[in-house]
Amino acid sequence: MSKTNIPPHLNDRIVIQTQDFSLSEEVNLLEENNNEDGAVVTFCGRVRNNNLGLDVKGLTLEHYPGMTEKSLQKIILTARKKWELGRITVIHRVGKLFIGEQIVFVGVTSKHRGNAFAANEFIMDFLKVKAPFWKKELTSEGEKWLDAKSSDTNKAQEW
Amino acid sequence: MIKVSFFAALREQLNCNETQLNVSESITVEQARVLLVESHPEWQQHLKNNSLLTAVNHDLVDDNFIVKPNDELAFFPPVTGG
Repeated sequence: MSKTNIPPHLNDRIVIQTQDFSLSEEVNLLEENNNEDGAVVTFCGRVRNNNLGLDVKGLTLEHYPGMTEKSLQKIILTARKKWELGRITVIHRVGKLFIGEQIVFVGVTSKHRGNAFAANEFIMDFLKVKAPFWKKELTSEGEKWLDAKSSDTNKAQEW
Repeated sequence: MIKVSFFAALREQLNCNETQLNVSESITVEQARVLLVESHPEWQQHLKNNSLLTAVNHDLVDDNFIVKPNDELAFFPPVTGG
């Protein structure tokens, strides 16, 4: 099997980073000099203060460098085959994150809203079950790796 | 030689980020798992876990997939990002 990655689409932006990101800057990048697309759909996921009845103080995100990017690229490529899309941005943070911090951003543009709404949800659903990230929560009862949820697997299978 | 990486909870259970299998021929993922347990018997209970995922050269694969020398093999728990 080849180790060559799929060449990224010119309008794809995939970023894995420890630092925070700015929603307004990301929206600007999706819109700047883009006069073909009337729809911009963005999703931002944040760290909650609760999970499964426990108080959450924060979490640590681990990932598999190299595979993460390749996996996101494949998800985006699949979305581009299903819908006519403009620009796509996926940002995922790794490392230590605290309550209320931004974890993940997905932004999609398209001519009309339908494609951008659908593709945004599709990318998030597959990121949840295919991209190699793992969350370890710091709760009032200590540190614990999160278990994958069957509801996430079921949601991705609906596409 | 096949490079083998472990991630997240599995990495902590094995207390190992990375190891290697000194093989000169292609083997299946299942055979790689058997060789790892032969050299580290204490890993058996963790590597036998049916929910573990496997990647070869950064693509998800199943247990029958053929791994070649110089490939990159990885084992990890189901993913929980997003």
